[in-house]
Amino acid sequence: MTPTPSSASSIRAAGLDGADETAEIDETAGQDAGFDQDTATRRLPDGHADAAPAVRPEAFDPPPRSAGAGTGTDPRSGTKAEPGTAAREEAPPADGPGVTGAPATGASPVGRSGPLAFAVRSWRQLTSMRTALLLLFLLALAAVPGSLLPQRNINPLRVELYLNDHPTLGPVLDRLSGFDVFAAPWFAAIYLLLFISLIGCLSSRIRWHARALFTAPPKAPARPGRLPGGSSWTSPLPPDEATALARGVLRGRRFRASAAPPDARRPDGSPDHSVAAEKGYLRETGNLVFHVALVGLLAAVGFGSWFGYSGTTLVVSGDGFANTLISYDQFSGGKLVNTAKLQPFSLTLDRFQASYQPNGEPADFRANVSYAPDLDTPTRPATIRVNHPLVLDDAKIYLIGHGYAPHFVLRDAKGRVVWQNNVPCTPRDGMFTSTCTVKIPDAGLAPVGTRHEPQQLAFSGVFTPTTRLDPTRGYVSIFPAATAPGLTITGFVGNLHLDEGVPQNVYTVDTRDMKQIALTGPAGADRTAQVLAPDNPRQRTLTGLPGGLSLEVDSVAEFATFQVKADPAKREALVFAVLIIVGLIASLRVRRRRVWVRAHPAPAGGSVIEIGGLSRSHGDGFATELADLTTRVRAATEPTEPTTPREPGAGATAAGTAQASTAQASTEQASTEQADEPATGKQEH
Amino acid sequence: MAVNEGFASLSNHLFGSGMAVYSVAMLGFAAEFAFSRLGTRQDEAVVVGDEAVTSAVPAARTSAERSAVLVGASTAAPTDPAVSPVSGGGDPTDAAAARAREIEAVRRRDRAAHSLAGGDDPQVPARARWVGRIAVGATVIGWALHLASVITRGFAADRVPWGNMYEYSSMICLIAVTTFLGLITRHNVRWLGVFVMVPVVLYLGFAGTVLYVAPGPLVPALNSYWLKIHVVGAIVASGVFLVSAVTTVLFLVKERWENRLAEVATGRAEASRAMQNRGGIVMRLPSSAALDTLTYRVIAFAFPIWTFAIIAGAIWAEAAWGRYWGWDPKETWSFITWVCYAAYLHARATAGWRGRRAATISLVAFTALFVDYYVVNLVISGLHSYAGV
Ligand code: HEM
Repeated sequence: MTPTPSSASSIRAAGLDGADETAEIDETAGQDAGFDQDTATRRLPDGHADAAPAVRPEAFDPPPRSAGAGTGTDPRSGTKAEPGTAAREEAPPADGPGVTGAPATGASPVGRSGPLAFAVRSWRQLTSMRTALLLLFLLALAAVPGSLLPQRNINPLRVELYLNDHPTLGPVLDRLSGFDVFAAPWFAAIYLLLFISLIGCLSSRIRWHARALFTAPPKAPARPGRLPGGSSWTSPLPPDEATALARGVLRGRRFRASAAPPDARRPDGSPDHSVAAEKGYLRETGNLVFHVALVGLLAAVGFGSWFGYSGTTLVVSGDGFANTLISYDQFSGGKLVNTAKLQPFSLTLDRFQASYQPNGEPADFRANVSYAPDLDTPTRPATIRVNHPLVLDDAKIYLIGHGYAPHFVLRDAKGRVVWQNNVPCTPRDGMFTSTCTVKIPDAGLAPVGTRHEPQQLAFSGVFTPTTRLDPTRGYVSIFPAATAPGLTITGFVGNLHLDEGVPQNVYTVDTRDMKQIALTGPAGADRTAQVLAPDNPRQRTLTGLPGGLSLEVDSVAEFATFQVKADPAKREALVFAVLIIVGLIASLRVRRRRVWVRAHPAPAGGSVIEIGGLSRSHGDGFATELADLTTRVRAATEPTEPTTPREPGAGATAAGTAQASTAQASTEQASTEQADEPATGKQEH
Repeated sequence: MAVNEGFASLSNHLFGSGMAVYSVAMLGFAAEFAFSRLGTRQDEAVVVGDEAVTSAVPAARTSAERSAVLVGASTAAPTDPAVSPVSGGGDPTDAAAARAREIEAVRRRDRAAHSLAGGDDPQVPARARWVGRIAVGATVIGWALHLASVITRGFAADRVPWGNMYEYSSMICLIAVTTFLGLITRHNVRWLGVFVMVPVVLYLGFAGTVLYVAPGPLVPALNSYWLKIHVVGAIVASGVFLVSAVTTVLFLVKERWENRLAEVATGRAEASRAMQNRGGIVMRLPSSAALDTLTYRVIAFAFPIWTFAIIAGAIWAEAAWGRYWGWDPKETWSFITWVCYAAYLHARATAGWRGRRAATISLVAFTALFVDYYVVNLVISGLHSYAGV
């Protein structure tokens, strides 16, 4: 890809209209404006040459088209091969970096050798706009099954259900990663290809744009006045002074304007007195920022998923946890997380408060905690609420659940405490009816039988924070707050099989080798079930347990479930997201436009000045802007003395007439659209 | 948070009256079309049918066609005051003058092709134009009633009025009408009125019956700062995208018509009756090129807003669930919609893809948006399903 010299970069065909309104662009006049012949051959079909892939950053240039070819906005160019387009699509092979794909990439030194040429061709194909389009589509398509099939990362249970319900289709889908679409190799393949394509096309676009930023705008055409909206007038000033003044005006309007050097010559050998000006580079800059930020966002997302982790832990009021793997009930980490070196914070739940609306709907939850962000830092108080996590550097601690943990005390016959603990109960409904499972492996009972079966205790119960006796359903909870706590409980004795190394669910009792205990309590003696009231000291103790043991439920604590999430690249992701929006707005809102002024020496002294310009993007305000510039340049170059209309015949050749009429027509156009009449009437014959 | 019943029923009444006025506007816009067809049929004796067809081919595709157009246009030229000074200035036989005339003809043709004003506006009888203007007035009144309905709904529930699907739908329509009114202040797009009002009225009807729920407090999970921003962004973008879908369909219709015209002009096909009637509604639409451009602009306006909405949603999801992106069905379909509109923007910049193919992509993208709003909420359930009906 040899870069073309800047002059060549001037006339590239680009989607002049491409993206937008080209109302102003009159291709005949454009042709008429006399863009250099050599550059004319370098025209590409579009901003982003497709058959010839590479993307033209300056995808913007004067209209190359023949009158018949239709404008770029012409939607038909997509559906019918118009001769013009077709010709251009097979475009000139060997010039410009933009032009690639075509069979003869003669200019490229690698073009000759077989495999290399193939590689180059594939690369260019991959980095073409058309490929990007295709891959974008594929990506959208590939995401669809992810929303239609249950996904493991969202709801593993529904995946199991689905597999059960579809014994034949299920496994096939599973093998195709149908339940892990967003982690599937084919999904990754699509977005990686897309991003490779993007990086490839960005690298050349960035080079091109950088060059455009540091070089002068493309040279003026021979007759800028013939461009749509262009006009001309005579000035008493000599051409070089006139152009210098014009340049000053354009600079004043924050155009980047450069005048042709004093000794510059036109191709026909005449002196070149012209100014080329351009504005709106921000459009391409924004577009590049947008695409680069996309790459950045993908990198941040990937980085976050490799180095991020999440864990959940349940903490009873008064207890705490430290950020270590063993503290978590559940932990999942990215591939590259070093679990031995998690950020060493610790946290204690001082108090949990919940408030409810009268109908039992939750109103507010808050966990008052004290935490130490690091090993030897002092603790600080904080409140964690739903949607208001505690932020510790990369980690965030969310409150995701809560419930009740009654306090159980097991005493021996002499009243000594054998075991005590807060046992969290799993909430089952909105009123916090909760299931409690108490396992006491070491109750101090001697093993029995020849096989020395251990004698362990277990209790299972239902906790009801606001207890009522329902005639049909028994004891139920009618409100989520613990205003009248009750615990319906049954007990077991026997072998819990806890010490055998087989992991057990802490929330169920394995009663294979256990027998139910006849309990004595508030409901009377020798019952299988009892109802305890932790608030009432006389109704909260079970006796009649083996070995003279007794069990008291003397208080109810609340517990909170916390989820710790760490994503070390979250901030970067946000920054890139913001850049995406900023870049996008610049890219879609800013107009890129060029204005040229050329002065010819007039036979009668002074000069004939022409002005014209083109807008790549929404032509919307361009006509007004050009009219305004014209007025200003004219005011600068046509000092005070009233202008006399140019005399027909004085300098007007045949071409001159056409030019004047174009100018007149263009002005008329500008004035109809904007009611601004910069030069009307002056050239009328 | 008690619901204010007075505001609630006021909001419903305003909604109903807004819809009624919109319907009037819709009929008005339609009537303008109908009247102008009648009007032109009376004029037919004056306008030479064939020439009208020929000169209506906006941008020629082959040189043969081009000369046809040029001939058509330049025969028309002498009657046109804008051209006469030029031809009068020099010797009519002068090559330069002829050339100038040709340039002017091409230029005018091109302007017509890109103008957003409906075709042949001057030929619309004054009566019809008045009906059109009244329809615009009705649209403004309906819009004000609709806006008031949304605001009172907010007062009724004492919260932002975008908390369930009835409210989303109402807001999307409000934005679509706002977009139309915004466009009409800058361009002469009255022809667009009927095509915007029909879907809006249907959509509001659907919202007011099937999706309607009485105002109530927000689900706590929805009660967050970023979520409100996120939802507004999504609604605004969707309303504007709705307009782009309308202009896309119009583009496809007009484009087909122009292709037929081109065939007629080159003698490859017979002019149908509809064409001899000067095409009725289709004829009144601006050129396909102008419609294409309009679609692009509307999408280019909405796309950054949609992008913003997705990012705001991600920020909220991060605050609420601890992850900014989790491929929940709603997130997935927002992503699909976003990618499709990005594909549209790329297609517009790609040779061989703009025009009809880009239009197809625009419709695919709008379908994805529709799935995102309705199918996901009503059929697929996900974390967002509490958004409720
Ligand atoms: C990750 C996937 C991509 C996304 C989401 C994306 C998105 C976008 C968007 C939204 C625009 C609109 C801006 C505008 O119209 O000015 C745009 C423009 C553009 N994109 Fe991409 N893009 C992606 C990949 C690519 C790739 C791989 C290429 C290289 C071939 C590319 C080249 C361009 C070019 C040249 C423009 C400017 C179009 C114009 O000037 O109208 N993009 N892109």
